[in-house]
Amino acid sequence: MTESTGGIDMDEESSGTIKKFAFVNRKAPYGTIYALESLEVVLISAAFDQDVSLVFMDDGVYELKKGQGTKAVGMKNFSPTYRALEGYDIEKLYVEKESMEARGLTEDDLVVPVEVLTSEEMATLMDEQDVVLSF
Amino acid sequence: MLHIVNKSPSEKNALDSCLRTVKKGSSILLIEDGVYGATKGTAAAGKLAAAMADVQVFALWPDLEARGMQDNVIDGVKQVDYAGFVDLVAADKNVQSWL
Repeated sequence: MTESTGGIDMDEESSGTIKKFAFVNRKAPYGTIYALESLEVVLISAAFDQDVSLVFMDDGVYELKKGQGTKAVGMKNFSPTYRALEGYDIEKLYVEKESMEARGLTEDDLVVPVEVLTSEEMATLMDEQDVVLSF
Repeated sequence: MLHIVNKSPSEKNALDSCLRTVKKGSSILLIEDGVYGATKGTAAAGKLAAAMADVQVFALWPDLEARGMQDNVIDGVKQVDYAGFVDLVAADKNVQSWL
């Protein structure tokens, strides 16, 4: 039987462990709420100093498309937020090459610098994570 | 007849079903995530371009612009605003929304 920690005196391991988190984004922006919700959780995770990676595949690649303008649809354009992630020490953004190309897009079409990975490289990246959150 | 598609062709098969059952002289309106179906360089682009020989294809420009796809639209797709959307609905005797 161990003593209660009382939520104060957390041991070194539980307070100091940095885990690898991957957020897997597979939905287009605006049509559903997934893309925006993912971004909200990513920003929250930044407060916990974890090792965060963002993955964009399938229609999730569309989240990063340059030139989004939402005035006429009356919604919030959240695409500039991806460029602000660097300021929260979230710098690992990965785009699946196959998904990007299947949509007629190139790296030049994206709002932020990313690392483009093949499906095989993406598989390895995801396999290395402690926690994978999908949106 | 007017067919309305609001789903991305790379996520749902709504556009495929629409193109399979659309009759010559009908119209297709792409809205919301459906506007990705009106963009160049996708797997769906060839099928839509082929269908345009027989049907008129429209896309809602506020949805194209929201997604940053305004400069990627397939030639021949006509862009409409919300008033144009209403006109299309009023012009045809019936509407199928491919939800």
